[in-house]
Amino acid sequence: MTAQADNAPGETRARGSYYIRYMVEPYLYLSPAVIVIALVMLVPLVIGISYAFQAVNLLRPLDTGWVGFENFQALWSDRKFWLALKNTFWWTLGSITFQFFLGLGLALLLNTRFYGKRLVQALVFLPWAVPTFLSALTWAWLFNPTIGPLPHWLAALGILSEPYNILGDPDLAMWGPITANVWFGIPFFAITLLAALQSIPGELYEAAEIDGASAWQTFTKITLPFLAPMIAITVMLRTIWIANFADLIFVMTGGGPANSTQILSTYIFTTAFRKLDFGYASAIAVALLGLLLIYAVVLLVLRRKLVKI
Amino acid sequence: MNALRQSSPLAVTGKYLALAFYVAFALFPLYWLAKIAVTPDKLIFSEGTALIPSRFTFENFQTVLLQTDFLAYFRNSLIVSIGTAAITTVIAAAAGYAFSRFDFRGKRLIIALMLITQMFPLLMIIAPIYKIVATLGLLNSLTSLIIVYTAFNIPFATFLMQSFFDGIPKDLEDAGMIDGCTRFEALRKIVLPLTLPGLGATLGFIFTAAWSELLFALMLINSNDAMTFPVGLLTFVSKFSVDWGQMMAAGVLALVPSCLFFIFIQRYLVQGLTTGAVKG
Repeated sequence: MTAQADNAPGETRARGSYYIRYMVEPYLYLSPAVIVIALVMLVPLVIGISYAFQAVNLLRPLDTGWVGFENFQALWSDRKFWLALKNTFWWTLGSITFQFFLGLGLALLLNTRFYGKRLVQALVFLPWAVPTFLSALTWAWLFNPTIGPLPHWLAALGILSEPYNILGDPDLAMWGPITANVWFGIPFFAITLLAALQSIPGELYEAAEIDGASAWQTFTKITLPFLAPMIAITVMLRTIWIANFADLIFVMTGGGPANSTQILSTYIFTTAFRKLDFGYASAIAVALLGLLLIYAVVLLVLRRKLVKI
Repeated sequence: MNALRQSSPLAVTGKYLALAFYVAFALFPLYWLAKIAVTPDKLIFSEGTALIPSRFTFENFQTVLLQTDFLAYFRNSLIVSIGTAAITTVIAAAAGYAFSRFDFRGKRLIIALMLITQMFPLLMIIAPIYKIVATLGLLNSLTSLIIVYTAFNIPFATFLMQSFFDGIPKDLEDAGMIDGCTRFEALRKIVLPLTLPGLGATLGFIFTAAWSELLFALMLINSNDAMTFPVGLLTFVSKFSVDWGQMMAAGVLALVPSCLFFIFIQRYLVQGLTTGAVKG
């Protein structure tokens, strides 16, 4: 800016070019991000939705073209799809319930004072850093009676009649990936809820203590209302994320035995990866997306009605 | 909380028991992984459920490192993860800076687009991505993985960087610009040095995300030479499904980069994750 020495017209010109630069500059900073996201995610997303209305199977390259709603009709009468939908529901509900309550418990514990807190905090958050494929393999090994202790412990407790691998039992197999997911997901809830707990003003607790409130009253009247917005947003995001989360199940059971652990996202992946039927895989994906959107809208409406803070 | 500090010895014992349960639950699987990895092959079956093996060996690690393709997978994963982390962080830092310092037309639209990319199932685009990559002749190349992972991670990294920039007072750059710097110089000389911890955290997050991605790598890579670590380990597991000690040794080695990152990042976790975003 050397315009300072100039007279009035020069100054306006300098200010003008500064104004233009100010208008253009943010787009320059943003353009790489926007271009990459548009090319690698948004364009494929549109193509993916269009695949749902086409026959795209790499194993039958000649048999392609628009088929209207044929994929969705096939989906409607596909028993595996309905089974996967039911499994997705139980997988998500089971995982989120245990993750949330155990995570909340951990956050409340970490918000108190105790000896060795820094070390404990580092140790309990560690599973979050373990790559998912490795969590999946580790838990699959733990459930294997040859090398893992879990079947023997479960048998000793009388939960299993004999030490066998529950991942091979259609009735129990889903508990394997759910356990791994709970292990992996507790730190997430603990971290976010702990941060929310730490933002609650301390005076509120002091006031409650002076008024002689019990620990339970303090928890339900102060802690929970303050946590509610954070709980709502994390549970919603986490539910969507878990419903989409295929890695653990794919590595641990591959959707088996007899599709008893097949959820929609693993069904999408196996249809695309093994059968190379991209049209049908995309139709399942569109159905899953629709369900998640409905879920998100319902939850947002409920939240607006129930949470008034 | 005060309530617990004054409570009975029973409650205090309960609290420590609960903490012990959480620590044991978090560590046990990893301990078991390491335990089998150092157990000699002969003892794996006879001491199947013993908590501590009677003898130790590092033979499994030796075999994995020297006689398998493990090191090649490790190298491929390093290239992909470092490449992804570096490119993503640069692009996301620029975008995060724009969000933090400018008001401009279309800002809300772009933020909305970035949020949408975080909500839809990524598997939805696995088929189109495969076809595009195949058409470009980039199947089995690490470049395609880097490009795809970069795009996946930009939105989260951008919001994370934005929160770090938001934490730096705007006055500092204004002062620099009054002293004659251009905005870019002010960014480079004043803001970036202050954001170094934020850049480090972002690099770490993206590195681990790229390090553990499995499904797209499975789809896009099938030649042994280009396999990343997760794909390689999974192939390894299905190929040598009885060599427990070696598989677990490979698993322990796969843990190393993540744990290094975790030790580095641990301090920032509670602040960083909540100010940045809640996806993780």
